[in-house]
Amino acid sequence: MRVMMIVKANEETEAGVMPSEESLSTMGKYNEELMKAGVLLDLGGLKPTSKGARVKFSEGKPTVVDGPFTESKELVGGYWIVQVKSLEEAIEWARRAPAPHGPHKDAEIEIRPFYELEDFEQALVELGPGEHSEAIERMRERGKILSEGNK
Amino acid sequence: MAEPTPDIHRTIDAVWRIESPKLIASLARMVRDVGLAEDLAQDALVVALERWPAEGIPDNPGAWLMTAAKRRGIDLLRRETLLERKHEELGRDVTARQEQAVSDLDRALDDDVGDDLLRLIFTACHPVLSREARLALTLRMLGGLTTDEIARAFLVPEATLAQRIVRAKRTLAEARVPFEIPRGEDRAARLSSVLEVIYLIFNEGYTATAGDDWMRPALCEEALRLGRVLAELAPQELEVHGLVALMEIQASRLKARTGASGEPILLLDQNRALWDQLLIRRGLAALAKAEKPGGGSGPYTLQAAIAACHARARTPDQTDWARIASLYAELARVSPSPVVELNRAVAVAMASGPAAGLALVEALASEPSLKDYHLLPSVRGDLLAKLGRNSEARAEFERAASLARNARERELLLGRARACARD
Repeated sequence: MRVMMIVKANEETEAGVMPSEESLSTMGKYNEELMKAGVLLDLGGLKPTSKGARVKFSEGKPTVVDGPFTESKELVGGYWIVQVKSLEEAIEWARRAPAPHGPHKDAEIEIRPFYELEDFEQALVELGPGEHSEAIERMRERGKILSEGNK
Repeated sequence: MAEPTPDIHRTIDAVWRIESPKLIASLARMVRDVGLAEDLAQDALVVALERWPAEGIPDNPGAWLMTAAKRRGIDLLRRETLLERKHEELGRDVTARQEQAVSDLDRALDDDVGDDLLRLIFTACHPVLSREARLALTLRMLGGLTTDEIARAFLVPEATLAQRIVRAKRTLAEARVPFEIPRGEDRAARLSSVLEVIYLIFNEGYTATAGDDWMRPALCEEALRLGRVLAELAPQELEVHGLVALMEIQASRLKARTGASGEPILLLDQNRALWDQLLIRRGLAALAKAEKPGGGSGPYTLQAAIAACHARARTPDQTDWARIASLYAELARVSPSPVVELNRAVAVAMASGPAAGLALVEALASEPSLKDYHLLPSVRGDLLAKLGRNSEARAEFERAASLARNARERELLLGRARACARD
């Protein structure tokens, strides 16, 4: 399964404070460990929300709101995408991570598995056989539309 | 968290998957016997399964398992004095420094165990073992898969698989296979055995249509993971990156290659929007490493380069068939096979027209190894039909249908035969 491990932002990352050299090297070592275990697919760090924006939809109509945003503990600061056998394996990897905002600081890593085609198929088991394949087709179509939107 | 027991077993399974390859590799260096090392590691797992549900998961589970395995090793060797020399090595190692053993072990595990892991991979894929034994041992020792999981993946009874692993370990011990990274002339051959094992695991998952639905994709993922591990351990081996690139790109199509009722969908008919762009990106990056100066000419890298031509094409008609044809020509040179030649014929037909492709196919007509291969008449029929030679095409499709093993495929070929008759 593919899992995203999301590091939440804090006041410092939102203020654009760069991590210390020591933090960077500890994190680099951890990233290397993920790579050496063959589980790391992708990773990235996000700039503070002051450099970003939100497109809000109220009653379906988009409006643009510029950053920064205040609820820093709910914001995403960075992520890893790992390929693992189970949610527990992702949790074990997250436990092995250095505290994301430096030693002795509060931080949070949220662990979120991706939807896979099997999940849709599993959810459709209750449907009748005819409806089943039809619904899977619809899911495939939706997946197609979504990924075409990403191009 | 209402039922702690199943949760903790899944957690232990996860810890095992993360820690066991390093654990077995470090133990194997100490006892110089991969089979014994794996037994010791398994024994440590049994102790963990007994104690962790009650005591909780230790802070450093890897070090904990290592200590348990070493204790078990000392017990075992004391009882069975036949391995006296090893006994001394282990005994010195632990009893003389028992107090600081745990902290030493922490450090030992933090140390780069990369070389030990690489030794372990080379040993599990040693040519003294049968192909099946290499696959089973690699999945067991490097993938952290259970005997049951491996048995389900290969569709054999668990007892058969367990026996296979026991025999493989015995073979390694009897042949006195040294726990080392091969050097010199030996290295290339040994490395190609490792690459072969990883790609076989991948193909077990990728090409099989029967079997446990859950374990099949797991085999692809496992092979990919092993490939990525190997690329980190031996980055200077360019062909390793080639294999990784090939697997990443092939795996990117997993969701697109079967239809709603499980029927296979051919590459050119696939919905490319379902291709996994993250894996394609990783595959292309690995291919770039493989094609560095001095590389690019190995069979895996060439196949990856062909796969990359398809991955880069947004639509089938954007495919660079001329490049694919020249890559197949290169592949036919480094690793000649009639199947490669047939693929080259298809690429040439796409690049330069059906007549050019047909000339290459005709040259394969008397190839004994393709005598019962349905794709030969199928390709020939396709090219003849494109050239308007319908009655010849029809005969080829009918012959292909008689050779096809899969009912759906046979139906498809007979349909094409009927279409030739109509025109």
